[in-house]
Amino acid sequence: MSSHTNDGHTNDYVPHAPGYVDNEGPKVVTSRFTYEDSFTLERSLATGGYDGLKAALAKSPAEVAQEVKDAVVLGRGGAGFPAGVKWGFMPQIWPRYLVVNGDESEPGTYKDRLLMERDPHQLIEGCMIACYALGLNQCFLYVRGEMPLAHERIATALNEAYAAGYVGKNVMDTDVSIDIVLHWGAGAYIVGEETALIESLEGNRGQPRLKPPYFPAAKGLYYQPTIVNNVETLANLPWLMVNGAEAYKTMGSEASPGTRMLAVSGHVKRPGVYEVEQGVVTFRELFYDDNYCGGIRDDNDLKMFIPGGGSAPWFFEDQLDIPMEGRTVGAAGSMLGSGALVVMDETTDAVKAALRVVRFFARESCGKCTPCREGTSWEEKVLQRILDGHGRPEDIDLLLEIGTNISPGTYPVASFGDAGLDAVPFPPKQTTICPLGPSSVAPITSAIRRFRDEFEAKIDASADGGVAAVDAESEPVVAAAGGH
Amino acid sequence: MTATENAPATTGVPFTLNGVELEAKQGENLLDACDRLGVHIPRFCYHPRMTPVGMCRMCLVEIDTGRGPALQPGCMMTVSPNMVVNTESEATVKAQDGVLELLLINHPLDCPVCDKGGECPLQDNAFAYGPGESRFVEEKRHYEKPIPISDLVFLDRERCILCDRCTRFADEVAGDPLIHFVDRGAQTQVNTFPDHPFSSYFSGNTVQICPVGALTAKPYRFKARPWDLTGVESTAAVDATGARVAIQSSQNRLVRVLGVDSDAVNWGWLSDKERFIHEATDAEDRLTDPLTRDDAGEFVVRRWTDATKIAAEALQGPAERIGVIGGARLPLEAQFLWARLTDELGITSRDAQLGDGLDPAILSGAPRATIDRACTPGGTVVLLGADPKEELPSLFLRLRHAVAEDGVKLIELTPRASSLSSYAKARLYAAPGAAAEVAAAISTDASASVGGVDAQELAKAAELLGADGPVTVLVGRANLAETADLTAAALVALHDVAPDLAVLSGLRRGNIHGAIEMGLVPGSAEGGDGAAGKSTEAMLAAAAAGEIDTLVLLGADPMADVPNRELVESAFAAVATVVSIDTFNTASTARADIVLPAAAWGEVDGTFCNLEGRLSPLSAKVTSPGQARADWIIAAELALATGHDLGVGSLGEVRSAMVETVPSLAGVDFDGLVSDADGPVIGGDRAWSLSAPSVSVPPVDGYGLRLLVDRTLWDEGTMVHHAPSLAHLATTATVSVAPAVLDRLGVQPGDQVTLNHENGSVDLAVAADGRLPDGVARIPFRAAGFDAGTLIGEGPVVDVRLDRASS
Amino acid sequence: MSRLNAANVTLANEIISHYPKKKSALIPLLHLAQEQDGYVADDAMEHIAELVEVTPAEVLGTCSFYEMFKRHPVGTYMINVCTNISCQLLGGEELLHHAEQTLGIRPGGTTDDGMFTLEDVECIAACTEAPCLQVNYRHEYRLSTDDFDRLVADLRSGKRSDIPAHGTLGTVRQHIPADRRAGIKHPDDEGTPAWFASRQPAES
Repeated sequence: MSSHTNDGHTNDYVPHAPGYVDNEGPKVVTSRFTYEDSFTLERSLATGGYDGLKAALAKSPAEVAQEVKDAVVLGRGGAGFPAGVKWGFMPQIWPRYLVVNGDESEPGTYKDRLLMERDPHQLIEGCMIACYALGLNQCFLYVRGEMPLAHERIATALNEAYAAGYVGKNVMDTDVSIDIVLHWGAGAYIVGEETALIESLEGNRGQPRLKPPYFPAAKGLYYQPTIVNNVETLANLPWLMVNGAEAYKTMGSEASPGTRMLAVSGHVKRPGVYEVEQGVVTFRELFYDDNYCGGIRDDNDLKMFIPGGGSAPWFFEDQLDIPMEGRTVGAAGSMLGSGALVVMDETTDAVKAALRVVRFFARESCGKCTPCREGTSWEEKVLQRILDGHGRPEDIDLLLEIGTNISPGTYPVASFGDAGLDAVPFPPKQTTICPLGPSSVAPITSAIRRFRDEFEAKIDASADGGVAAVDAESEPVVAAAGGH
Repeated sequence: MTATENAPATTGVPFTLNGVELEAKQGENLLDACDRLGVHIPRFCYHPRMTPVGMCRMCLVEIDTGRGPALQPGCMMTVSPNMVVNTESEATVKAQDGVLELLLINHPLDCPVCDKGGECPLQDNAFAYGPGESRFVEEKRHYEKPIPISDLVFLDRERCILCDRCTRFADEVAGDPLIHFVDRGAQTQVNTFPDHPFSSYFSGNTVQICPVGALTAKPYRFKARPWDLTGVESTAAVDATGARVAIQSSQNRLVRVLGVDSDAVNWGWLSDKERFIHEATDAEDRLTDPLTRDDAGEFVVRRWTDATKIAAEALQGPAERIGVIGGARLPLEAQFLWARLTDELGITSRDAQLGDGLDPAILSGAPRATIDRACTPGGTVVLLGADPKEELPSLFLRLRHAVAEDGVKLIELTPRASSLSSYAKARLYAAPGAAAEVAAAISTDASASVGGVDAQELAKAAELLGADGPVTVLVGRANLAETADLTAAALVALHDVAPDLAVLSGLRRGNIHGAIEMGLVPGSAEGGDGAAGKSTEAMLAAAAAGEIDTLVLLGADPMADVPNRELVESAFAAVATVVSIDTFNTASTARADIVLPAAAWGEVDGTFCNLEGRLSPLSAKVTSPGQARADWIIAAELALATGHDLGVGSLGEVRSAMVETVPSLAGVDFDGLVSDADGPVIGGDRAWSLSAPSVSVPPVDGYGLRLLVDRTLWDEGTMVHHAPSLAHLATTATVSVAPAVLDRLGVQPGDQVTLNHENGSVDLAVAADGRLPDGVARIPFRAAGFDAGTLIGEGPVVDVRLDRASS
Repeated sequence: MSRLNAANVTLANEIISHYPKKKSALIPLLHLAQEQDGYVADDAMEHIAELVEVTPAEVLGTCSFYEMFKRHPVGTYMINVCTNISCQLLGGEELLHHAEQTLGIRPGGTTDDGMFTLEDVECIAACTEAPCLQVNYRHEYRLSTDDFDRLVADLRSGKRSDIPAHGTLGTVRQHIPADRRAGIKHPDDEGTPAWFASRQPAES
């Protein structure tokens, strides 16, 4: 165990959080992960730290931005939008801000925490490169509240970097001056949505703003132009600055260059966080190859898997051979999202799994707009009732119908041949302000489309067809008004 | 976006609505455009006077801006060229049906006992757009049934649909974010911070804009069912802003007042005083019968004919020995008749102000501003007077919007930081007695502080006054313990820096501007010797000197309202006959010899003239109690009884006479006022003709602190006192000083201190007020527990000293 | 219970100085209050309202939105068991059930001795190490029920000095020395950085 002092000096090391697997393959963002002291300035500098910033400062901001655009650095937070293009949306208005989204909390996602804990200097360097390219001097690094080790290591790294002249006034003895402020959240999944993150950073309830008109690039933090980038996205920049866009594009596929950090959890033999080339490795390889997860536990059959975090529609065996990149996964009816893969084997109860994910969204709904606030908790109640043995035959269609009130039209689904169903591509439509509400529809639609029989079996087994539960819980019509 | 920008600004924006090609205005909100074009899109959270938030999702409609139809909240959309909107498509109807079902799943079915039942947007939308039945069989959300969130408002969180209207109003419009969303997701609720109630002067607006029965007003709860109410449009007359209202009654009782959206005046908002003061009309102790004194000096009830005869005798004495005080409570028609009657009688001493206002020359001798002019984006407003939030709260909301949202620049030339100080661009907190001196020092070259104001602020003010955009000075009476001449002198000094300024009157009392317009001001009597007319203070002084036989009080209570208490006492003691025409027993009616009961607000038709000179209707909704009758009838009868038939037998005839004889009313269509939400402004063209009165202010004497006496919204005024829901809100008298003064005295807030002044001393609780400059002691006027009028004499300023109370 | 103490007011003002607008410091200041008292007291919220110049209701609105802020005292150790999908698949719910049985409390409850508060929480970003939990937000990974019992025993016997009191987040804070600061200003007072204009190619 370790001890810390308040001046930022670490006497000895808190061990790294486990999970990272040092597999074969190119390493863009995890190159220092295997060092015990990977988070120190000393180790960083010894392994090329801040060389990327130095390279960037030797160019004009516009050239740096162009390099990022040329490299097609896709956002690693979920939507997969090219960072360079996003940067280009900023109007010529100052002040402008960079906000780093380190509020990792999508179910199944475990990669930004590792990047922040194991290599904070890489992230800080990435922030500095982005700030330089965007011509701004204030960056806020929003770290999820429940990650104190990340706070400590970033705070320490920032204190070191300020002292050593990599951040702050006259960076690396140039005229460039940029502040980076560490900010910490306090427990709200929705804050991972960029406009909610901005609200939260303003000290408000983390409720999303409407787009339009509040696109952050134009009207973000303090209603000024703001870029919100994910931790992993920015962590790519030091390597890119040192090695260049051409080298970057030799990794991954043409549409999705570079690598992704993927967290594979659930029923695999070797769950872990892997850095994987995008669009090259298939789901099957990831789950079954020895370089990665090594197969399903107990050599069971795969039942389903979530390819991109709790918000993503489920995939099944039919999708195992899709190469992992945003475009292909989207066309197949889901998303690679935040690189969170949750594998479920044949023993998994589909209704229970769906309920658990829905419950997450119901608990995390911010409450701002009606369909999400009311719809997600209604979905949860109906699913819970089915699981508790009080389901009614009409509940299955009711669940789908509530879903269409949150996400109208046909919800994205993966194809499966034996049901004659074609994939409906991601993303869904929404009656809500942000995608949280529609995300709750993903597990329901996925589970009912594929495993309707499991729902029916639970309902058939209900002793009372739901009637007893309904009677016990129904509202007396006027009695509630007695309190006047 | 660029297409809109490139379109010529003068043309409409073509778009398609339900298959019909129509035009929207440039920059027009889609919901507003549809409303205007006769297509209703249901909504809950949208309110045209607040920032759209797109939260309830009720107004989702299918919109195609060239990328295919998609559901969008109409309230967040500005109509863009060639936008295709379909409010009737399958997708739209499905979305609306879905949102309503979701809104209703947790909404209690207590409509039969809900105040909102029958006029509820949720009911109406559910009926028009809803699913008809609920598929929700789970248990609904439960909260403790209505909780008081302030003295006036109850909140039922089970009924709340979280539309953000009340919370947005509190934050964005009132600037009192004391209610807020609390908790998250399906548990989200509106609430206050523990022990910090929603004590906003404007809380009642939240009840009016609540789209369900979640917020209810204590004065109205369970008083009536909406379908039993009948209403008329009228004007709030409790202050001079003239906010437009609808007044509603049930069974001949006024039960509710709602704000009406007048673009020129109050934008639909009301202060709680304007909203709830109607309770006073229904008060138990209204004056119901004419009263005169018997031989023993006791009041006896009289018939009108007898009382009128007795009063007429008093009015027929020597005209120079008669004074008429008051008239601001009266409708314009009654003010006109009183002016005519006193003209006929040759009475020149008449004053609708009570020594707590301004020289009417300030209003007649300067170009007059409207509220809209003051609120013109890019303009500058100077506060030279009382805090508008305390005296003219609906006007305050307009000013607040102007300075907070529309870039109007604010200069405070006030004795302490006003309620708008956080928006002020220059802060000139002149010590009592120093306003004129400070105003005269405003200069871009200012290099030394004057009257406690830094040179930097003086220079900033000069820069703002010299900038483009109209300059409007809100002139009122900031300090009742200071002579009004100082205000006049300050205004003249401002005019030297900003010669194009216009004045927005800050006189606060009801229909005071109508009274001034009709000539109830000293020296304006037709044919009389102008110089001979006395002001209220001069009349009282003359009375005290035995030079006045009869004082007529027109809805005035000088015993309570004239700041110089000693003066009033001696006048009442000396005068032979006091005739009081009023609605309530007041300190002054109790001392009167003849009391004539008048009809109150809500009981008579008439006309109101607000501080801009804008005319609007006053409407009768209920009948007066007992024998109380309209002021114009009282005046007409007195005229007859004194042998001066004014020839008016109906309100219509009064109005005809007004249009004929009052130049500023020429062409006014009184009958059309109800249907004109803005109303005509009279007497607008006025040239600058003011000169500065000379005032010499003595240096601060040994007492050390200069006194500031000003008003708070909730005081012991007659109307507030008679409104049961409001009476207990009256400010308690404390003396407040800057925190540094407390430290010097070595006392804590709440401690008793002894206030010493020329006439003696009094013990009061002390409070700290960070808005006060050092060297100033403030006491609210007409506060509960102490009459600050006893401190005010004839001098230009009042000095006091504070000591720790001896145990 | 209490307002921020003098040392924390100093810290609070340093934190406020890191932001262009004061209200942005609200969440960090609420953490500071929670670090001081173990929970966010009403008085602390009122104090924070004064510091960042908003109303207490606005502070409450923000505070109550975020799960980590507890507005009532909690146990010495807050045990947050993850039951989200990755953990559920590998026994997270069983672990929670075991915790309930062992501690004798339901999620949200606190043991009578004030030692433990139990919570059923959402994903805590350790999905490959399921089932997992946090004690005062410090992670524990791949717990069996035996591991849980051992953890509780260690906490009771004071063997886990590495876990600070509830409310303490990072034990290291960011400090920006005055002479190293690029300059954080209110948005109204901030313009284009001088270096940006001089480093851009002439045509843009």
